[in-house]
Amino acid sequence: MPHWGMVIDLDKCTGCEACVVACRTENNVPLAGEEQTALGRQINWIHVERYWEGEYPEVKARFLPVLCQHCDAAPCESVCPVYATSHSPEGLSVMTYNRCVGTRFCANNCPYTARYFNFFRPAWEAPLERALNPEVSVRANGVMEKCSFCVQRIQQAKLDAAGEGRAVRDGEVKPACVQSCPTTAMYFGDLDDAESEVSRRAESGRAFHLLGELGTRPRVIYLKEE
Amino acid sequence: MERLTNERINRDLLAPLLKTGWRFYAVVLVSGAVVAWALFAWGWQLVHGIGVTGKRRPEFWSLYITNFVFWIGISHAGTLISAILRVTGAEWRRPVTRCAEAITVFALLVGSMFPIIHMGRSWLFFWLAPYPNWRWLWPNYRSPLMWDFFAINAYLIGSLIYLYLPLIPDLALVRDKTTGLRRRLYAALSLGWRGTEAQWHRLEKAVSVMAIIIIPVAVSVHTIVSWDFAMTLNPMWNSTIFGPYFVVGAIFSGIAALILAMAVLRRAFQLEAYLRPRHFNSLALLLLVMSLFWFYFTFAEYLTVWYANEPAEMAVFWSKVRGPYSPLFYAMVLCCFVIPAPVLAFKRLRTVPVVAFVSALVVVGMWLERFLIVIPTLGHPRLPFNWRGYSTTWVELSIMVGTFAYFTLLYALFTKLFPIVAVWEFKEGRHKEISDLKFEISDPDYERAHSSHV
Repeated sequence: MPHWGMVIDLDKCTGCEACVVACRTENNVPLAGEEQTALGRQINWIHVERYWEGEYPEVKARFLPVLCQHCDAAPCESVCPVYATSHSPEGLSVMTYNRCVGTRFCANNCPYTARYFNFFRPAWEAPLERALNPEVSVRANGVMEKCSFCVQRIQQAKLDAAGEGRAVRDGEVKPACVQSCPTTAMYFGDLDDAESEVSRRAESGRAFHLLGELGTRPRVIYLKEE
Repeated sequence: MERLTNERINRDLLAPLLKTGWRFYAVVLVSGAVVAWALFAWGWQLVHGIGVTGKRRPEFWSLYITNFVFWIGISHAGTLISAILRVTGAEWRRPVTRCAEAITVFALLVGSMFPIIHMGRSWLFFWLAPYPNWRWLWPNYRSPLMWDFFAINAYLIGSLIYLYLPLIPDLALVRDKTTGLRRRLYAALSLGWRGTEAQWHRLEKAVSVMAIIIIPVAVSVHTIVSWDFAMTLNPMWNSTIFGPYFVVGAIFSGIAALILAMAVLRRAFQLEAYLRPRHFNSLALLLLVMSLFWFYFTFAEYLTVWYANEPAEMAVFWSKVRGPYSPLFYAMVLCCFVIPAPVLAFKRLRTVPVVAFVSALVVVGMWLERFLIVIPTLGHPRLPFNWRGYSTTWVELSIMVGTFAYFTLLYALFTKLFPIVAVWEFKEGRHKEISDLKFEISDPDYERAHSSHV
């Protein structure tokens, strides 16, 4: 059974946010509009954090794409009173949208602030609703959501592979963010397979876990800049 | 001053039930109107979504949870006064117990509305209840919110029983003094109380048992509420002191609320002969002790955070001590310690108006304390890119003011239906005092032991 994981090479990340756009298109993430975004209601399953370093003229911008880390010891999963978030056998932190009653405790306990809440009813101005992905559900008002590692693409790959009587090949599953990165800074695959791209890249001396000291055991490995 | 005969006691304490002045209607009307407005605000929120409040990423909890913790804290008034003072045999508690127990029940009712109001899909709140269903779905008992569910329900049921049991003899008294439909109502509620020796014995036994049970329940309730915060990984929330800290704060704010309620009732129903300065003096001393306790816990918490200098926690610390939340922080310290402690320390200052004013300050200060626990931490998550300030909206404020009005309304209705001073307990206390005095005076050794010029 594959155990999914992701590697993000921060040396290659330019902060272009193509991953952000691709993700919201693939996963039917609603737009909050300018006013609501300024208030902090925007939903971005992956968002790029920008930190400034140094003083002018020696200023440097550092980019950190943050998404749900699908932690093996996820602090969000134990605090949901109704089991709306749980862990799949393949290592994904899964959301059951219809079960969520919106207490937002999970959002408070995520140290990566990687969870998002529908503060209003998700709505798309015509004709944008025609671009909705039929493979992904549209969430309701008052429900939590977050990155799913594009579980619909994982499911599709598994179905295709089963139809052809083989296992899923390394690199066959590409979440929207991984697929759209212009500098190929992101990789996705089976961390249990020692030969997979993600496993080989995770062995790099530059590898680290974001907030790893907290013991959340995230499945996203970052490679720090050279 | 007219002597406190049984007739006079009955007349004074049953007057609110038998006569209604214009002030009562005014209170009910005004608080009812505010409650109606708050209901409209909540309806607005249910239709449009949580976005009509000030909540945002990362402050996913704000005023509703602040108010939740605040009201559950206030509910500790009844337990302390009624149960602990009953168990330790403190006689001065007698006129105060019912007032305190009523505060507990209504504060719990109001407080437990907030977890429902703050949910994104409030209409599914019953999914937190463990009931058998076709899909074999059960709630997640590992979640502190589920512990809240059980603890608060247990405390609410316990407090209702603890309020009702000592009410029975007084309900029988009112039954015997009224006629018609009212008589039938009180007859049903008083469960056929006749005041026999056996019934009194059973009642005292039951009340003692409840008093002992309710104390650990109350302590566990606010500990569990504190664990909604302490069980998380958030800076300045993940602290072992939260359990005791919240219980101390709850008792502190509970006593203050009780003093305020007593001061108002004393004025409104002319109960100066029953709620006497010595009651306010004793409660003020308790308030002083709790203020010192509260200060000790707060000091210990902030000192240890500052000394360890851990970056994520210091971000929250500085935001309270010298950042955007500092005006509220210093207001809190002023209202909870800097003014109350020195003022309450002097007997000359422990008069009813001064003590009532200090209690009002404490209630405000403790509300600020809850706010300062919830929002600064949420506003400063571990990844600094996500830091954000907070501002509130009319919906949140309306609902908050509405719950204060709802509490007032419930309390006003309570005083109309039930005597706010426990008549039988008060009479029992006087009976005990008088018979103790008679015993001492008739004792031949009394004169020898107490004379100062032999």
